[in-house]
Amino acid sequence: MKKRTMLVLAAVCLVAWVPSPVLAGDPRSIQIKGSDTMVNLVQAWVEGFMKENPDSFISVTGGGSGTGFAALISRTCDIAASSRDITAKEVEFAAKKGVRPKEFRVALDGLAVVVHPSNPVSRLTLDELAGIFTGRTTNWKEVGGRDSGIVVLSREVNSGTHVYFKEHVLRKQDPKSREEFSPEALLLSSSQAIADEVIQNPSAIGYFGMGYIGKNHAALSIAKDAASEAVGPTIDNVVSGRYPISRPLFMFTDAEPRREVRSFLDFALSAEGQAIVSQVDFVPVKK
Amino acid sequence: MPAWKKIREFVAEAAVKASGLASIFIVALIFYFLLREGIGLFQAYRLPDFLAGKNWYPISDPPEFGILPLIFGTLLVTLGAAAISVPLGVAAAIYIAEVAPSRLKEFLKSGVELLAAIPSVVLGFIGMVTVVPWIKTAFGVPTGLTALAGSVILAFMAMPTIVSIAEDAIHSVPKNYKEGAYALGATKWQTIYRVVIPAASSGIVAAVMLGIGRVVGETMAVMMVTGNSASMWRGILFPVRTLTATVAAEMGETVQGSEHYFALFAIGVALFLMTFVINMTADMVLHRKRK
Repeated sequence: MKKRTMLVLAAVCLVAWVPSPVLAGDPRSIQIKGSDTMVNLVQAWVEGFMKENPDSFISVTGGGSGTGFAALISRTCDIAASSRDITAKEVEFAAKKGVRPKEFRVALDGLAVVVHPSNPVSRLTLDELAGIFTGRTTNWKEVGGRDSGIVVLSREVNSGTHVYFKEHVLRKQDPKSREEFSPEALLLSSSQAIADEVIQNPSAIGYFGMGYIGKNHAALSIAKDAASEAVGPTIDNVVSGRYPISRPLFMFTDAEPRREVRSFLDFALSAEGQAIVSQVDFVPVKK
Repeated sequence: MPAWKKIREFVAEAAVKASGLASIFIVALIFYFLLREGIGLFQAYRLPDFLAGKNWYPISDPPEFGILPLIFGTLLVTLGAAAISVPLGVAAAIYIAEVAPSRLKEFLKSGVELLAAIPSVVLGFIGMVTVVPWIKTAFGVPTGLTALAGSVILAFMAMPTIVSIAEDAIHSVPKNYKEGAYALGATKWQTIYRVVIPAASSGIVAAVMLGIGRVVGETMAVMMVTGNSASMWRGILFPVRTLTATVAAEMGETVQGSEHYFALFAIGVALFLMTFVINMTADMVLHRKRK
């Protein structure tokens, strides 16, 4: 009899523990997750969109582009915001889970490389940048600055900015390149953390989307190679393609999005939505 | 005894028994889950490369999952924290148990307990704005986000555990030991370090081990102040990346079932084993004393 009571108790506990069914989503609610770079932009879109559609309920979370794709694949968000393209591996995983990611190009971004305002270095070539971030160049005097060590700041590996920077600056888009961020680089968890550390630290160098450039940062001008002219991360230079580290920003949905999600995407791509893009210091895809 | 009383007795007994077994059951489930997910990594990746690999590049192609720099990071931060918190904590315990007048004693005890109540993220935040800039200027290092900053913050987190358990151990030294020492003409200090501390030593060692166990598993505060760079041994004034911070920073990004996901669970297994060994040692030391 003792055993039976134990069983009954166990059964009661189990019944109590069965997770309540995942709350059925309100059709008007939209979950957006992903790129930290894009959080401010997406939020500005949401505010504009909700002015016209006060009934809709949209939540925006950051965490990094990889986080957004992971959520899209496990179906915990409707839109994944991403500052990089989806990888072949992610497409493969998505296919396994029956998710068909569909891409929307929604804006452009220039990646600013920033240093402390007191740093005499104001321009670098892509090669010099790669040298610094891979750890081959460790002193500012090697690139024409003061005699002091370089503190390299990078984003965590879940960041689309991290991946983009590695592929376009460190590896120069060469798929065979094995270049990596120096193991000595500090990995910080957000663009804001990098912005804060650069303000405090005269020997630091970091990178983030140009929307984060503050008045206490000095953004470097970047040259493709020693022979070409160095250009700064301005909207004009990104639109014209002269600034070497610029990239498209994406939103991904699962297959054909439902009506509410579609109307949000339409808003983002509308003239009004693209005007918001310029307001938060990114670059519109359409003029 | 009437039948309904018997039943009531029985139900109470069974409920208590079930709660007692539940915790063991849950630990076993957690370990099973960790192991099941962690083992997935080794279908494609060799165990020696995982334990002794010097590079942690989880999202490269092919990825490298060498956790040696992460183990170094955890050890460095832990040893630093122990070096700070053990002398301070044990001295505080001796003072509270043996020296302090009784009113001060109560005040100090509740103060130490209050220290335990501060959430780790708050300590991390305080560390970021106070300890980190201080280390940068005091030692003239390029960045204050270092292993030392992690050690200082973690020392604060280990202190309450060390102080309260060591104080208990010292307090429970039989009174006649001390009386014997005084009868032989020993001074108060001689009694403390020749009689009381040796008698309480196993309890003090257990207190230290449990404090260290807490330090090894701490995540949030460490992630905020250590800079998270997965570099090999460079010393306490350089940034490090700990096992816990790696799991916390990267878990959000991984896709379920990917190699990276399994690798993070494998780190979880490694951490579980580390804290398990530490806690077991503490437990064995404590039991040796009781015999």
